[in-house]
Formats: sequence, C-alpha cells, structure tokens
Amino acid sequence: MTETTLVQEFTKGLWKDIPPFRLVLGLCPILAVTKAFGTGFGMGLALTFVLVCSNVLVSALRKIIPSKVRVPCFIIIIATFVVIVELVMQAFTYPLFLTLGIFIPLIVVNCIVLGRAEAFASKQGLGRSILDGLGMGIGFTISLSVLGSIREIFGAGTWNGMEIFGPSFQPFTFMVEAPGAFVCLGLMLAIMNLFGTE
Amino acid sequence: MRDIIKMVVVLAVLGAFSGGGLALVKQGTAEKIEYQQLKFVKGPAIKEIMEGSTNDPLVDRFKLKDGDVERSFFVGVFDGKANTVAYETFGKGFGGDIGIMVGVNLDTDELLGVGVTTHSETPGLGARAKDDPSFRMQFKGMSLIDPFKVKTDGGQIDAVSGATITSQGVCAGITASSEFYKELKPQIIENAQAFAK
Repeated sequence: MTETTLVQEFTKGLWKDIPPFRLVLGLCPILAVTKAFGTGFGMGLALTFVLVCSNVLVSALRKIIPSKVRVPCFIIIIATFVVIVELVMQAFTYPLFLTLGIFIPLIVVNCIVLGRAEAFASKQGLGRSILDGLGMGIGFTISLSVLGSIREIFGAGTWNGMEIFGPSFQPFTFMVEAPGAFVCLGLMLAIMNLFGTE
Repeated sequence: MRDIIKMVVVLAVLGAFSGGGLALVKQGTAEKIEYQQLKFVKGPAIKEIMEGSTNDPLVDRFKLKDGDVERSFFVGVFDGKANTVAYETFGKGFGGDIGIMVGVNLDTDELLGVGVTTHSETPGLGARAKDDPSFRMQFKGMSLIDPFKVKTDGGQIDAVSGATITSQGVCAGITASSEFYKELKPQIIENAQAFAK
C-alpha cells in the first residue's frame, strides 16, 4: 500500500470509499432510517460519533489489545459508545430516538464501525484513525441525508417537514417504503459508478 | 500462559471501564430522560385531558406508594381549585399492555377524560383507540366508581370496530384503576391541595 497523505485519509470517506456506495456496508440501517431527511441525518451523526470515538480508543489501545481477543474488545468499546449515544439521544432528542428505535442499538453490529476498527484503526496511528473515522462518518451522514431527502421529497412532498410542492402534489408513496429505498439506493450507486469509474 | 492472563486482564479492565462510564452517563441523564418521556409519551394525553387548566400538570406532579408500586399523579388546577388529577393505568390489549391516562375530578369522581399513552396494538385497528377521539370521548363524564365494560360484555362503552380486545383492555385498565383510586383518595386530595393557587 502506498503512503497516503493525511488529507487523503479524511477525504477518502467522502468520495473514494464513501461507505454505503463504495464499500456497500451498513445497508440495513440505510434502508430503514432514510424515510425522511431528519432521521437519516440523525442516524448519520450518531454513527459518526461512535465511529470517531471507537476509532480513537481502538487505535490508542492497539498495542495493548491481544490479537486473539481483539474482536470482543472492539465490540465492548463500540457498544459502550452506542449506549452513550442512545442515552444522550433519549435525554435531548426524544422524538428522534423514538423514530430511530432499534437501529440505534444496532449500530453495535454495524459493519462500518467494526470494519473500520478492524481494517484501519487497529493498524494505524491515532491521528489517521480520527481522520478516517471522521471522513467515513461524514460520508455516511451525507449519503443518508441525500437518500433521505430524495425519498422524503418524492414520497411525502416535504423536506425536513417543510411543504415544498403545495397541496396539489400527490405523494409517490412507493418511495417511503422499503422497495423504494432499494431502487433509490441502486440508482444512486449507478450514478456514482458512472462518474467515478476507475 | 502469559497470553491467557493478558487476554483476561485486558478484557476485564475494558469491561470495568465501560460499565463504570455507562453508569455515570446513565446517572447524569436519568432525570432528563424521565422528563422527556413524560413530555412526549404521557404529555399529549395529559394536555388533552387537562385542557383549560391554569397550571402545567407535567410540573405539578406527586408520587404515592400503593403497596409496592409507586404511582405518579398529575394535578390540574381549574379556577384556582386543585380538584383534578390524572394518573396512568395499564390494561391488557391485543399486542401487550396498553397505557391509559385517566383524568378524574376529585369532587365528583367523574372522568374528565381518557387518553392512550403507550400501546403495541395493530395499526389501523387497535391503534385507533389512541387516534380516534370518538372512542375515548365516551368516557368523559362517567363515574369512575362504576365498572367499565364494552357493549358486547353488557356494558356501556362502544368498542372500536374491529378492536374489541383493545377496547376491553382499556375498560379493564380503567376499572382496575378505580380500586387504587378509592384506596388512595384521601392522600391524593391532601397532596393535590398543595398545588392550589
């Protein structure tokens, strides 16, 4: 592997390795929480926090953690941060917590978080791990926000709760259901491949 | 051998730190979470029942011990008199427990209103007990002392169509609550007076 610059560590999560589209990881929450912009954005922020914090700890402890029990250690670290997110969300943004529901605790087994811990943070230094987590998290947040916006605009005629088409608009309810998420995700993947072929 | 010890120690220390940290966060957020749950889960039902009260029933609340369980009562002040309380009771529905907020006038024992707080009933059927005002409005003005039953059981309540079990659960929950209401009534009145202005 050639040496990458620190900027590249950060920006790769935004385009080159943008999680849901390039790595095609973590699809389960993507399909479930992108019914609207707000929920997608909230989920993205929650995941970014967990990703950055767990990357920091995994990277800092990478010389102490014995390789045979590294996965249980990663899971403990990740689960701790997920529960913190869950509690904080309950305390401050209760309606968001209700809509995200089971998908917050499920971040524990989100393959992006574990994947970054295993593939990146356990081998790299602290600074690079933070940038990697931040980049991946922001990339994930952007993807979820865009997908959520598209589905909300067409499926409900609103964006972040604001009416945009006026009362005559007939909502395209297919978009807010699960098949709509697959179609939307597939189309976005296709468009990204069109522009980003290597 | 050294490997095994190291593994155990690392995992144990990590687990201990994680547990300790989470306990701290939980403690720090417990009060906030309780208020949020009141506001978003019970709040809408309480607000609707207590419409027109001059105080905030979510703030003016007290707890009473009923045997082993602790029950919360929310006080509504009307015309300067703290003569209304709301409390939550549970009935068995189709998909699990249904939380029912019951508002009652302490002078007459008449129901001021009823609202569903939490439930796991079928959307479109049992869930209408919460969403459809015509079902819950029936309870208004009825005396809490009498048992509540749906019409198929020979009672006075029109069940939500297609959701008899849910409706029975709501009635049973309210009927059950009249037991502890009667028992605690002197204490309720005493505590509620403190909020009169």
